[in-house]
Parts: sequence; structure tokens; C-alpha cells
Amino acid sequence: MGSLARGDQLPTQTYRVTRADLIAYAGASDDHNPIHWSDRVAASVGLPGVIAHGMFTMALGGRALSTWAGDAGRVRDYGVRFTRPVVVPDDDEGVEVVVEGVVDEIVDGAVRVDLTVRCGAVTVLGRARASVSTDA
Amino acid sequence: MALDADLTGRSYDLKAPYDVSRIDIARFAAAVGEADPVHTDAAVARERGHRDVLAPVTFPIVVASGAMHQLLADPSVEIELRHLVHSAQRFESARAICAGDVLSARLTVESVRRAAGTNLIATRTEITDADGAHVCISHATLAHRSPDGTDG
Repeated sequence: MGSLARGDQLPTQTYRVTRADLIAYAGASDDHNPIHWSDRVAASVGLPGVIAHGMFTMALGGRALSTWAGDAGRVRDYGVRFTRPVVVPDDDEGVEVVVEGVVDEIVDGAVRVDLTVRCGAVTVLGRARASVSTDA
Repeated sequence: MALDADLTGRSYDLKAPYDVSRIDIARFAAAVGEADPVHTDAAVARERGHRDVLAPVTFPIVVASGAMHQLLADPSVEIELRHLVHSAQRFESARAICAGDVLSARLTVESVRRAAGTNLIATRTEITDADGAHVCISHATLAHRSPDGTDG
């Protein structure tokens, strides 16, 4: 990311999310909250359906960052707000999460990136920002 | 009173240090779709200057959530999991986590703020390695809403 300038758009990343991904994430992260796999429980707490773990959506942003950075180890500071849930239907298509990034600032040895993470027309993460080291 | 300012300043440690294995990292990388071999192949990781396979960006949550479970398990803290929503998260990393790390984590409740029937609980979890060196700070803000909306 060494040759970037302020305002540069990073290559947009698109990720497909299905129920199977949520089950795998529940296991890997040890977060077994049933709102991430049971329609019945999701409905009982007023959700429109099973939703992705906020941390799973944040991880997709992290995946975009490590793709742009060339190595996950360069991502030094990454923060988000969970503004809207990603509702994942029980079908084979699932939903698409789109991650866009813009270079906000270049400081000594680091690139600051603003991320926009959307599901359809809905922005699902707010104030998503990261600092990526440009050191090899 | 379910939650009050008394919670502020309390700390919770991981029960036992977290031994980060190659399998943990590979499983987490697969779950979030990280296909970079740096997460699964130690030779690739070493070529890129890492000690061993590298953890994905948000992996510290696995370590931090162990300390969070200690907060939720505290009988004097009346937090109901199903009424708890993660509202913000930030990782400030001093270095990346690799397989072979033995990590400790201490969560501290920084503040409890009440707004519109919801308690916003700001926490900070310091993750350190076996030498006590700083690895990552995980900042998590949780929103807790009581069922009747009258108390948090």
C-alpha cells in the first residue's frame, strides 16, 4: 500500500455469506448465541431472521484489509460500530456483503483507511476505520 | 439494581492463559474465509517474517471473549446474554498473534452509561504474551437492554 495517495479507492471486495458460514464462525469463535442459527430464537427477540455475528461481519472487513495490505500482520488498528444486522436467509444463495475502502490519510509508516461495509443498500458497519502499516 | 456505576473499574482475567495453536488459527481463518496461506503454512509465514502461522485480523476476539465470559459469569453482575448486543469493537495491535503464543487477557470495565433504557458498557481488554509484553488492546462496547425497558 506504499504508493497510495489520499482519496484513493481500494479494490472493492464482495463476500457471499450463507447460514453454513455462520455455523462455522460460531464454532471457530465459540460464540453460540442462537440468534445466529435459530429462526425461532431470532424471531422471539424481535429480529427479522437469523443474523450474522457482528464479529463475523467485522472479520469480512478485516479480510478486505489484509487483502489490500498484502499481509494480515500489517493491520494494526481496526475499529467498527455495529449499526445494522446482516440478515442471512436459510437458502443456498445467502447474502452479499460488499466492502469498500478509501485512503483517508497517509502518516509516517501507515495508511489510514475508511471502510464502507454494505449488505444490499444497507450500511451494516459504521465508523469503520483501520490503520495499516506500510513497513514490509 | 441490575447494573450500576459500581461495575466501573472491575477487572476480569482469563481463567487460564490461551495457548494459540496452528489448528485454532487455521479454523478461524477458514471460518472467516481468509485463504492466504500465511494462516495455514508456517513456511510461508516465516518467509514473510512471522514466527509461525499468523492469526487473522480479528482473532484477538477469541482471546478477549474468554475474559468477557468471566464478566458475564460474575453472579453479582446481572447481565442477561439474550439482551446483550455488541455495539462497537476496536483492536489496537502492537504486534500480530502467531501460533505458539501463550496469551493472558484482563478485561476492565471502563464505564457504564445509561441512555434510553439501555446500559452502554465500555470495556477494555489487555492481551499480553508469556513475557508480559503488550500484544493487543481489544475495546468492546456492549449494549444491555432490560426486557421491560425500565431498568438496565
